[in-house]
Amino acid sequence: MENFNYHRPATVAAAAALLKKSKDGVYLAGGHTILPTMKQGLRAPKDVVDLSGIKAMSGIKASAGAVVIGAGTTHMEVASSSAVKKAIPALAEMAGKIGGVHVRHKGTIGGSIANADPASDYPSACLALGATIVTNQRKIPADKFFTGLFQTALKKGEIITAVSFPIPKRAAHQKFPNPASRYALTGVFVAQGKDGKARVGVTGAGPAAFRVADMEAALSKEFSEKSIAAIKVPPRGLLNDMHATAAYRAHLVSVLARRAVAAAK
Amino acid sequence: MPTLSLKVNGKAVSGEVEGRTLLVEFLRDQLGLTGTHVGCDTSQCGTCVVHVDGKAVKSCTVLAASCAGASVTTIEGLAANGKLHPMQQAFHEEHGLQCGFCTPGMIMAAVDIVKRNGKKVDEETIRRELSGNLCRCTGYHNIVKAVQSGAANM
Amino acid sequence: MNATGVGASVKRKEDNRFITGKGRYTDDINLKGQAYAVFVRSPHAHAEIKSINTKKAAGMPGVLGVFTGSDVAEDKIGGLICGWMIHSKDGSAMKAGPHPILAVGKVRYVGDHVAVVVADSKAQAAAAAAAVNVSYNALPHNVDAAKAMSTKAQVHKEAANNNVYNWGLGDEAATAAAFKSAAHVTKLDIVNNRLIPNAMEPRAAIGSYDTGDDHYTLYTTSQNPHVARLVISAFHGLCPEHKLRVIAPDVGGGFGSKIFIYAEEVVCLWASKRVGGRPVKWTADRTESFLSDAHGRDHVTKAELATDSSGKITGLRVHTIASMGAYLSTFASCVPTYLYATLLSGQYNIPNIYAEVDAVYTNTSPVDAYRGAGRPEATYVVERLMETAARELKMDPAEFRRRNFITSFPHQTPVIMMYDAGDYGAALDKALELSDYRNVKARKAEAAKRGKLRGVGLSAYIEACGIAPSAAVGSLGAGVGLWESAEVRVNPVGTVEILTGSHSHGQGHETTFAQLVSDRLGIDINNVSVVHGDTDKVQFGMGTYGSRSGAVGMHAISKALDKAITKAKTVAAHCMEASADDIEFKDGAFTVTGTDKKMDWSAVALQAYVAHKPGFEPGIKESAFHDPANFVFPAGVHVCEVDVDMDTGFTEVVRYTCVDDFGNLINPMIVEGQVQGGVAQGIGQALLEACVYDEDSGQLLTASYMDYNMPRARNMPSIGEFKLGFTCTPCPTNPMGMKGCGEAGAIGSPPAVINAITDAIGVRELPMPATPLTVWQAMQGMRKAAE
Repeated sequence: MENFNYHRPATVAAAAALLKKSKDGVYLAGGHTILPTMKQGLRAPKDVVDLSGIKAMSGIKASAGAVVIGAGTTHMEVASSSAVKKAIPALAEMAGKIGGVHVRHKGTIGGSIANADPASDYPSACLALGATIVTNQRKIPADKFFTGLFQTALKKGEIITAVSFPIPKRAAHQKFPNPASRYALTGVFVAQGKDGKARVGVTGAGPAAFRVADMEAALSKEFSEKSIAAIKVPPRGLLNDMHATAAYRAHLVSVLARRAVAAAK
Repeated sequence: MPTLSLKVNGKAVSGEVEGRTLLVEFLRDQLGLTGTHVGCDTSQCGTCVVHVDGKAVKSCTVLAASCAGASVTTIEGLAANGKLHPMQQAFHEEHGLQCGFCTPGMIMAAVDIVKRNGKKVDEETIRRELSGNLCRCTGYHNIVKAVQSGAANM
Repeated sequence: MNATGVGASVKRKEDNRFITGKGRYTDDINLKGQAYAVFVRSPHAHAEIKSINTKKAAGMPGVLGVFTGSDVAEDKIGGLICGWMIHSKDGSAMKAGPHPILAVGKVRYVGDHVAVVVADSKAQAAAAAAAVNVSYNALPHNVDAAKAMSTKAQVHKEAANNNVYNWGLGDEAATAAAFKSAAHVTKLDIVNNRLIPNAMEPRAAIGSYDTGDDHYTLYTTSQNPHVARLVISAFHGLCPEHKLRVIAPDVGGGFGSKIFIYAEEVVCLWASKRVGGRPVKWTADRTESFLSDAHGRDHVTKAELATDSSGKITGLRVHTIASMGAYLSTFASCVPTYLYATLLSGQYNIPNIYAEVDAVYTNTSPVDAYRGAGRPEATYVVERLMETAARELKMDPAEFRRRNFITSFPHQTPVIMMYDAGDYGAALDKALELSDYRNVKARKAEAAKRGKLRGVGLSAYIEACGIAPSAAVGSLGAGVGLWESAEVRVNPVGTVEILTGSHSHGQGHETTFAQLVSDRLGIDINNVSVVHGDTDKVQFGMGTYGSRSGAVGMHAISKALDKAITKAKTVAAHCMEASADDIEFKDGAFTVTGTDKKMDWSAVALQAYVAHKPGFEPGIKESAFHDPANFVFPAGVHVCEVDVDMDTGFTEVVRYTCVDDFGNLINPMIVEGQVQGGVAQGIGQALLEACVYDEDSGQLLTASYMDYNMPRARNMPSIGEFKLGFTCTPCPTNPMGMKGCGEAGAIGSPPAVINAITDAIGVRELPMPATPLTVWQAMQGMRKAAE
């Protein structure tokens, strides 16, 4: 790994200022993507701005309508939060399936979403729950946030500070892990809002997380396994690699969506 | 190079580290605590697991500099007053190790599993929560047994 | 039984250092003034090296030297060797291309060692390695064993059509006749998937040259330090053996991959002299391990089994293409020949067997012995055929096997091996009982209710281990003898040091070897220490692999103990003023027959060193070499049950049963651990582990744990559903009556798992690893065929 200057600011403003000043800087949250990438020599930033010292960025607040999770909150904290378990149990369960225990102790929701790995779990939840990604500059609806393979709507230097999840009527997450990496080979997050409208977020299957409109329409009419039993996702455009063909991923979307609907609570 | 000060196995230590120095490198190369191992480059094998502020983490994916002021426990700090920790004892009793290379990380992970799940942690939970620790020798059978029996004695 | 003697599940003596973080692996060792080596490796699967420019790298901070193949040639350092000569059917010698420790002229696989940078720090060496400018001219490449003999990619000019050898074993004509008159023939196309060993400790080496004494020391991750010393001195020509000390300290797993002599360790030694005697350390990162450790398996086979109308086997015919990778590794050539085809008789009475093997070069990492080495491949062929034939003949697979079992011993197979002892029916009975085989129908019905397809598969394996009689292997082409040595040193207080040429890297020798001593001398195991892994301490040895350290290594210790006891009897006789012939030694005490005179072991030991009574040579220190009379033949039955998710193809091993005949057990706890670990590797091969090279680029796609799927705790059956049992027919060729147990688990399990899945989903053939994708595709194929 190339050497770099390490910074650990205490405020969001200081972090943003450090990055602005740097010719080639990068934010570090949990580090479980960026550090392996740097070890492999695929990235060699001059400045690393560690966000873990920003106390204001971590923590969970639940209100009647939404759960707001600070960007620096770890997956383990989300998974074991009684507030999240009560308001959106599917979200806590999903967080509990990210990586392994040691990854969950370090990895954060903000880091995961900012990285937008197509196989990471949070994007499906963000889409299905209709989350709002809050940054130091603005609020971005999840639907506009994930723009492509490792691509997001974030501008250079912009920091995710929190993610706000509206509390649904019911929701569930199903994950079929890549047998080697344990990332989602395909993951499906299904939620039905308090207004009855259903949303289906898919991760792992495509180059970026996406929603399945046909399923959402059917589930909004009748939230049951049966109503989506015949809906197939076309394999075109889905990821195709040694672990899963596009056809298999498309098939998994259907299977996992049905299972998620059955499990939704 | 910036100076790093922290607590390792209950003792205050300090050393000079580069920005890129990983916690595992600091432990092994500067402190000579070679019980913590490196078995992969992708944060998956778990041979490097230590506790930072009471939480099990992969020390190959933590910058040493980020541990300023933290309290780190490694396998060398687990036994207290010359007496093996119940989890160390359990790995011995249940033949939970063969070549020993994954063992320190495995034991550190196991202690963390019990801390969070309690003495009566079930087999399914142990197996699930060991997903970040690879062993090539034992087939995990006796490791799982060791974690269960170590848990009961913790 | 002695509480710490043979047969007791004694807790391991070596554990304490490992559970407290005090293990001492090669990378834990740091020598004064140590420098670091980083290798420049080939990014191409096959390319001509046009030029290597090291100038920029050499001028970078901290760099002590940048070396290439021409520097190696300048010092006349020899290339890596393959130590087993195989002759083709036409009588010609195998076609071995050169394997320099740093590439000369060409690179032949991604990861091939091209140059090395030695610098003050690892980071400096890495930075400079990145600055070495190698200009390549890419050549056509091939990574596929099946295509090797027809590809344009010519890996070595010495081997036309990439054919290293075309070898045959058995009676071709008689076998053809058996097939002609067969009532039924079962044919299978079988691929034995390439595996990457993945010992958890990556390979590492520290080479150190002492300018004062003109002497080298190598710390290395080796299963056989003496063989390493022999090869490095005799073939690489670095220095004579007495000028080289090789130390293999704690080694974090081997599974075969650390038997071999690798370029990196030779380079570190050589480079140490080149940089003026500073020790040079290299530690592989995991991706480097994936690329540069010798891989395992990679066979493409056509197999046929002939049966008569009564369901008796009349013939077996096999053609196998075995990938050797880009170079012949240390023992590569014997794996798909004498460790493979000689086991094709399985546990069965097969009158006619013919096997033909084409070993081929491909542009991939070298392939060599990996846990089981040849025997898992043979067992997979035989046991897939047996299960498939039984299904075709509409016979119960257990009964079909039983009908063909060998029942009298010794038994000479048509493929060299002479099985010495066994009771295959007893193991089958016990395995069926333990696995509740008779009620599998009810479990299938229950699983179906949960949306799961339950399947059951059997495998009755045999292997030949305790490797090996030197004369026999010598006549088959081995460049070495496969005996073992031992030395027993008795201290004046009666404690004992055992020096052994075996090497423990997880097997627990410090305990089991001490148990043998405890048993024989009647002393506590805590009064015994086992010394291994250092050529300065142990005179010679052949190392640990092929499940040989019990049957061969302990046999050598047993012989040395016999000599030590004889010597001690002489001492006792002098002290008790009796004739040595009248001395009896039992339970740690010497007595004079017909009297009440008695001395215990420690008293005799003391007298041996005090030597106040004249008439005997002081001291007790005895050594022995042991060359085994035969292989040993562990055998057993595995029964696997799986649940396959009908929707996703995800397969779970829900019940697993092994019944093994390892003869007498030294330490049942350790034996069970070996079986459990072996089965995990076999389940890994069958369900999880795919080594994938990209056909177009020749890149290794599975070069990290992100893509190479290692068995995890959840991939194994639960504690209550993983059952082990033992039967015992003692081995007649060693005094312990024991057989090897290190590889059996990995040998028996892959066919059991695949037989279970094919039973569950109703397909005939299924490739390994049976990943969810593979199983789902197989089920899709069935559905399509049914439509």
